[in-house]
Amino acid sequence: MALSHKVTEADVWAALAEIPDPEIPVISLIDLGVVKDVEVEEGIVRIDFTPTFMGCPALDAMQRAMEAKIAELGAEADVRVLLDDSWSTDKITPEGREKLRAAGFAPPAPRPAGKLELVQLRSNGFRCPYCGSTETRLDNLFGPTPCRSIRYCTACRQPFEQFKTI
Amino acid sequence: MSERTDLLLSIADDELVLGWRNSEWTGIAPFLEEDVAFSSIAQNEIGHARALYELAAAELGTTADELAFDRSPAEYRCAPLVQLRKLEWARTIARHWLYETADEIRLAALRASDDPEIAGIAAKMDREEAYHRMHAEMWVERLLSSDEGRARLNEAVDELWPYALGVLDDGLRPELRSRVERRLGRALPDVEPVSRDVHEAELAELLEEMTMVRRSAPAGARW
Repeated sequence: MALSHKVTEADVWAALAEIPDPEIPVISLIDLGVVKDVEVEEGIVRIDFTPTFMGCPALDAMQRAMEAKIAELGAEADVRVLLDDSWSTDKITPEGREKLRAAGFAPPAPRPAGKLELVQLRSNGFRCPYCGSTETRLDNLFGPTPCRSIRYCTACRQPFEQFKTI
Repeated sequence: MSERTDLLLSIADDELVLGWRNSEWTGIAPFLEEDVAFSSIAQNEIGHARALYELAAAELGTTADELAFDRSPAEYRCAPLVQLRKLEWARTIARHWLYETADEIRLAALRASDDPEIAGIAAKMDREEAYHRMHAEMWVERLLSSDEGRARLNEAVDELWPYALGVLDDGLRPELRSRVERRLGRALPDVEPVSRDVHEAELAELLEEMTMVRRSAPAGARW
C-alpha cells in the first residue's frame, strides 16, 4: 500500500479503535481503555498498553492484533506492556459501557472511594442488562472469565454476567 | 541474587503453586459455583506469578517460563502452606482464607514500597485479590454459622496455623495473628512458623506433574 502521508498519532488511535476485544468483540481496545499512550517517532509507533486482568489469556492476542494493525499502516509497532496500576474498570469508556450493556453484559459499577466490600456486591444496586430491573442478586463472585461475576435477576428470572469492578 | 529478586520469586512461587493447587479443584469441587470460583482464582494467581517472574527474569537475564518451570524443587521459595495438597474441602477453605489474609497484609506493605515497579504490580494484583478475599470471607461466614462448620474450620486452622505464619516475614506476623484471632474469636497458639526453606514432598510431586509437558518437548513446545 502506498502511503499518502506519514503515520500520525491520530491515525494510530483510529486504527486501534478498529480492533475488537478478542473475548468480547462488541467493544474495541479503545473502548476498553487499555491504550494509555501512543507516540510516533521516525516510523516507529510506540503503544503503552495497560493489561486488564493479569491472567487474562486475551492479553497476548491484543498485543499481536495491535502489532498487525500498525503493520497495515506501514509502520512498525513497539508495544510496551505497563504492569503498573493505571488500568481499572473505570477506564472503560461510556461508549464501551453502552456496547457491553447492549450485548447483555452488565457494565462494571464505578469504583467506590474506599475499599470494595462484599456488602456492596450483595446489595441490589446492580441493573439487569436484559430488563433493566435492579432486583438482582449476586450468584457467584466468579464467572466464565476473570473479568466477570454472575448475578441473577429476580424480575425477569435471568442469570447474567456482571463485569467486576476492579 | 538480590534481595529484590528473592522477594519477587518468593511471591511468584507462592502464587504459581497455590494457583496450581486451586486448579486441582477444576471439575471436582463440591458444586459448580466453586468449580468456577477456584478455577478463576487459579487463573488470576498464575497471571500474578507470570508478571512477577517477568520482573525477576529481567534482572536475572532469563525468562518467566524458565523461572516457573526449569528450576529444581529445592530452588523454589514458596511457603509450605501452598505446597500442601489438601484435597479436603474444610482444609482447602482454611488454607485459602489464611493465605488471602496473609497476602493482603503483604500486598499492603509492598504497595508502600519505594520501588515503583513493585508498588505498581502490588496495587494491580490487589484489585483482583479483593475478590479472592471476599470469596474466602463468604466461606468463613458460612462455616462459622453452624456448629459443624465452625468445628471443622477451627480444626483446619489449628493444623495450618504454623504454615500460615510462614507466609510472612517476622514483622508482618502479628497483624496476621490479630486478624485471624479476631475473626475466629479465640486465641491461637504460639508456634514456630514453617519456613520457606522447608520443601514438602508434595512440592516435588506437583512440579513433576506441572512440568511434564515442557520436559516432553525439550526443543520448546508450541501451541
